[in-house]
Amino acid sequence: MTTSAAGVRARVSIVARGDGRGGTVLPDLEGEGPLAIRRTRGLGAEARVMLVGAMSGPLGGDHFTVSARAARGARLRVGSAGATLALPGQDRAEARYDVRLTVDDDAELLWLPEPLISVRGSDLSVTTRVDLAATARLVLREEQVLGRSGEEPGRLTSRLTVWIAGDCVLDQELACGPGAVEGWDGPAGLAGHRAVGQVLLIRPEFATDPPTARSWEEGAAVMPLAGPAALVTAVAPDALRLRRLLDTALASLE
Amino acid sequence: MSRAALLVLADGRFPAGGHAHSGGAEAAVKAGRITDAVSLEQFCRGRLHTSGAVAASLAAAAALGVDPRELDRAADARTPSPALRLVARRLGRQLVRAARATWPHPELDELAHQFPKGAHQPVALGTAARAAGLGPQDAAYCSLYEGVSGPATAVVRLLGLDPFDATAVLARLAPALDRAAQDAVEAGQRALSDGPEALPARSAPLLEIGAEAHAKWPVRLFAS
Repeated sequence: MTTSAAGVRARVSIVARGDGRGGTVLPDLEGEGPLAIRRTRGLGAEARVMLVGAMSGPLGGDHFTVSARAARGARLRVGSAGATLALPGQDRAEARYDVRLTVDDDAELLWLPEPLISVRGSDLSVTTRVDLAATARLVLREEQVLGRSGEEPGRLTSRLTVWIAGDCVLDQELACGPGAVEGWDGPAGLAGHRAVGQVLLIRPEFATDPPTARSWEEGAAVMPLAGPAALVTAVAPDALRLRRLLDTALASLE
Repeated sequence: MSRAALLVLADGRFPAGGHAHSGGAEAAVKAGRITDAVSLEQFCRGRLHTSGAVAASLAAAAALGVDPRELDRAADARTPSPALRLVARRLGRQLVRAARATWPHPELDELAHQFPKGAHQPVALGTAARAAGLGPQDAAYCSLYEGVSGPATAVVRLLGLDPFDATAVLARLAPALDRAAQDAVEAGQRALSDGPEALPARSAPLLEIGAEAHAKWPVRLFAS
């Protein structure tokens, strides 16, 4: 970790691999400064890791990078202890949060952090890049909450790109909050909803047997992508109802 | 460039099938999110800066000669909704058919051959612009204007909105549309030098969710 006038630079790296006997080992766990890593009890073949925010943030000017890799044979579940709060810094500089996920053949990654809350006055840019091998499996959830209860949100930009065996199957950016593109909260964008989220499911068997598209009137849809993947997108008035909607939609895919 | 060719391509009566689509406005009207000229304008602004900007950048890149197969894959990745991907391909196929008759060109023949089910509409539009002797800016303008005039015209029919009010909305969007066209051309140029990953990917969640619900309605006035 380095701290400068501009903000904190921190990197976290998680590597999991199969132990050759049906289990998963964690040979490499590196956390620093504002992001600590805790190994927790996994279920069966799975290894579980928790990201723990040891300091508040990201604050304006901070730059966090989190990378996780499920190597061949691994089943890795990553969660977080509580929500992440994007907070304003002293000089109103933008903060960055970069997530890099890699899943090898015959491996599975469950990336299930708690929501990101965009606090009034904050300015955060999140990029998530996922690279999967042809037979890799993934469940990825991301939830964004715009402002704490009753509060105006900060500015939040989040781009998610997903590559499977070298092909880009999803490239999506959501920008919201003051200074974001005009109409972000209008009838085409979020229309006053304060929580937005998605769950991405990648399974090699979807290539031959894709899930059926479905939608829910409350504001959710299951969408098979052009590739062995399905995306659940949902909007809701708050984080609790968002999670419920995402879980309902996800259950229809199981 | 020929200004007259631009008018032909941009004309709402150009037989490319666009008039049957509301650009998500029908779903937004049903959900009570578009109720008047003010909410129509907000809808159009949101669309212009998200899926509209993406489509215009793809069209500009195609007009600049970026490989249509790469652009079509980039369009797929930027369109999670299968209902919207299907609509984009149908409109692309119809546009290529009309454009081949209007401005015969080997690149249009090649596109029709490569994509029998249709390439994404913006890719077809950019290629049609090339065939018509038009440039990336023309393609971007056509794409952006169609992306807001479609919903505006649809809302006149869906809500009985005064056509004068709907046209005034389009006029108020003009400065934003000018800026968006410039941005789309720059994005198209970046795609030419750095590949299609350089294209914008801005999304509008309710357009995607609304399109999926709309596609399953038993009775509807517009195809999308």
